[in-house]
Amino acid sequence: MKWIKTIFSSDYGMLGVLVILCLFFSWITLEEQQPEGVDAAEVLALSVDQAFELPGRVLIAGRKTDSGEAFTNRLDELLRQRGWEVTGIVQGGPPELGKGLRSSFDLNESLDLLACEKTFVKLAVLQNFQKAEVKMAEVLVMAPESSFWPNFLKASNLLNVANQIAVIAILAIGMTLIVITAGIDLSVGSLIAVSAVLATWVIREWFGGDEATVAGMIAGCGFAILICSALGLFSGSMVAYFGVPPFVATLGMMMVGSGLAYMLSGGLSIYQLPQSFDWLGRGDDLGGIPNAVVLMVVLYLLAHTLMSRTTLGRYIYAVGGNPEAARLSGVPVKKILLGVYASCGALAGLGGVIMASQFKSGDPKYGLMYELYVIAAVVVGGTSLSGGRGKVFGTLIGAFIIAVIQNGMNLTGVQSYTQKVVLGMVLLAAVLLDMLKKRGWKLSL
Amino acid sequence: MSAGNQYLLELKGIEKRFPGVHALQSVDFELRSGECVALLGENGAGKSTLIKVMGGAHQADSGLVSVQGVLQSWEKPTDSLDAGVAIIYQEFNLVPGLTAAENVFLGIEPSDFGWVRKSEEKEKVREVFNRIGAEINPGALCDSLTVAEKQLVEIAKALVRDAQILVMDEPSAALTKKEVEQLYLLIDELKLRGIGVVYVSHRLEEIERVADRAIVMRDGARVGELGREELDRAKIIEMMVGRKLENEFPKEVRTPGAVRLRAKNLNRGQKVRNVSLEVRAGEILALTGLVGAGRTETVRLLFGADRADTGEVELDGRTLQLGSPSDAIEAGICLLTEDRKDQGLVLGQSIKENFGLPNLKKFSRKGWVNRSLEGQSFGEYIKKLQIKVSGQSQLASQLSGGNQQKVVLAKWLERNAEILIFDEPTRGIDVGAKFEIYQWMNQLAKAGKGIIMISSELPEVLGMSDRILVMKEGQLMGELVNGPEVTQEVLMSLAIGEHAACL
Repeated sequence: MKWIKTIFSSDYGMLGVLVILCLFFSWITLEEQQPEGVDAAEVLALSVDQAFELPGRVLIAGRKTDSGEAFTNRLDELLRQRGWEVTGIVQGGPPELGKGLRSSFDLNESLDLLACEKTFVKLAVLQNFQKAEVKMAEVLVMAPESSFWPNFLKASNLLNVANQIAVIAILAIGMTLIVITAGIDLSVGSLIAVSAVLATWVIREWFGGDEATVAGMIAGCGFAILICSALGLFSGSMVAYFGVPPFVATLGMMMVGSGLAYMLSGGLSIYQLPQSFDWLGRGDDLGGIPNAVVLMVVLYLLAHTLMSRTTLGRYIYAVGGNPEAARLSGVPVKKILLGVYASCGALAGLGGVIMASQFKSGDPKYGLMYELYVIAAVVVGGTSLSGGRGKVFGTLIGAFIIAVIQNGMNLTGVQSYTQKVVLGMVLLAAVLLDMLKKRGWKLSL
Repeated sequence: MSAGNQYLLELKGIEKRFPGVHALQSVDFELRSGECVALLGENGAGKSTLIKVMGGAHQADSGLVSVQGVLQSWEKPTDSLDAGVAIIYQEFNLVPGLTAAENVFLGIEPSDFGWVRKSEEKEKVREVFNRIGAEINPGALCDSLTVAEKQLVEIAKALVRDAQILVMDEPSAALTKKEVEQLYLLIDELKLRGIGVVYVSHRLEEIERVADRAIVMRDGARVGELGREELDRAKIIEMMVGRKLENEFPKEVRTPGAVRLRAKNLNRGQKVRNVSLEVRAGEILALTGLVGAGRTETVRLLFGADRADTGEVELDGRTLQLGSPSDAIEAGICLLTEDRKDQGLVLGQSIKENFGLPNLKKFSRKGWVNRSLEGQSFGEYIKKLQIKVSGQSQLASQLSGGNQQKVVLAKWLERNAEILIFDEPTRGIDVGAKFEIYQWMNQLAKAGKGIIMISSELPEVLGMSDRILVMKEGQLMGELVNGPEVTQEVLMSLAIGEHAACL
């Protein structure tokens, strides 16, 4: 049991949990994978290389679908590169295959290889040929080999996980800072709605809706983020200057924000946006990695540096650990609090812009209950709600734990109601671990 | 000294290790019925750990604990209470929102099926309060009680649970002289009844008054025992520190220079009324008076921690605008607070980070902290101030009082402040560290800094300062130049306000 304690006692103890979850879902979603399209062609070309020392004559067969066409075209290209003579390309079902083979044999030319998609191998037409035609016995039939690989670990799925959690993870950066100052911000969810609605509204009303220029879109989004930051600043000033408990101050702001978003949009979606508006939410300019994920990673690196290397980071920890001692050491406690709440607001605004971009519309229903997922990510990540302690990367791990559990359950077909129960239990387990850690692994009953 | 089973409480060969610390090394302790044993030692000597073992809050790694000859194996604090051992910690375990009576019977209420028999409870509490001479209304909320009254409630709590052994951790720390006197009488009375008392204190003169025997600890081990007739200040100190201490106060002869800090007509509510003072270069100015006389409130104004209603502060002839502590720090004034835990240190952070907090401007460029520079500088202070730490990343909460104070001192020394205000600099600090702090104050004065020292300990005031200001109810009662004619009695009479004097 000692090693378990050691793992959980470290700053990033939850990383272990994340790894275990990933392994678990990989194991449970392990399945036979059928390569498709271009991938299938590449796999098959490699097996052909192994089976033949010298190139020969080949007939290529694929279904009459998009992926089938991609397969035949790519394979045609690859085998020609290797010096193969392609006698023909068959596209379609059994009749087409039959025709293709017949024409090859009728020309009385030899055929070394039939390279086809998996579905062709067991076709009756092919088996009849093998029985009836002597020459057919010399023809090797090859299809792309299937492999075993977890659905969870497919690159597309992993990127999907990251993309789905990006908004929550970005919000969680701001929340981590606030929780480290022993506060909490309940308004981030409704600030998402404010930002999404405001950004799209500004683009529609001021910059010509779907005709808006890039500059117009940037201005609209920037304005929305600025306003959210100001709303955060307002909550922060309630906390710093009037001593209002953060829970109450931000609860008020949560209602205000939600109401504002409905007022501005009239309760309807705003969708009059240019095509290119989805660049941030759906684009993937950096080697297929979604732009939102790239942005998330950059922000986490910045926040981590801020908290670990700069005076500002030190001050934030000190304010959370002991505000009076910090003040008497010359730390501008109130300004720090204002700054932290304002940046949390700004990050919520950014989250709203990303969401608007993902859905290519602004809707006052965005971000509903997000504050709870964000707080869950922070807590699971090991930041103490009593302030003064916590790590930004811990929060990223927390966010990914939530995302992986959700994704894994989606892949295995767990109902969404059950998913909520599981997520709640994970949250409770995380808090329990935190408590045990603080008490030195003793249960005091 | 007859057979071991005659002891009321006996600990034998107690061992306790914490990560990196051997807190208790084969410690023996014995207490007879009707006896008061003083437990002495510097901070960090292992007294607190030993008490916690007595109270079942810590389990010893090895060793035996027996009560009235019966071997005990406690797993939680209530087990020890059931066996008759009650611990009264410095921080009381009382619920502020409940009444005195409810606190006394908390957890053992006389009740029928969950319904508390209130009148019986009150009756019993009144009886116990009578027994210990406490004039407390059983229905008074704990919140509204004084420290001394809360302590009596704790004692009553122990007595209604039939405790035979009472362990008191620094019981006199927050009591007035009169209240301490009453506490002595109560202890005498408890002894007559056969109750054994363990008395932990830093104040040696109290030990001489109250204890029958003293057990001295150092570095986690028991180093000796002194009988009643051997209880002598010099001897106790020698045992605790492990070396001879010729003079408790290393007073030096100085000639103060020009005025550095001058405060004129400071006012803040009722706490500070029309206070004017000046501090000269190379001078230690003592500010004394009873607790609550407005001393801390006054220096908080000098430091900008609170804002003055009226009045002004000058440093080297320049008027200061003190809106916040950072203004004062910028100008070169620093405050070593009385309460290190709540105000002086961020306990959950490392000592290095605490040290760096007011000095980050120096250790950073454009907001980037140069951690190696910071660590290097702190390392020098650890050596210079002889701070006992396991490493720079040790948490501030894990240090003893004396070492915490040294960390606070280090962070202000690095600031190179011109005016240093020490608020009760040696409270809760062991003898050895005390002496070192005094030496540092002398050294700073020699370097031409201005020093203000708040202290309630009159020997300390007389032993260290050049000039003394006495306060009462927010006002200055008198200013005295320290000399042979200034005695504790003179200071005391000023502090209680028998006559205002200017010598």
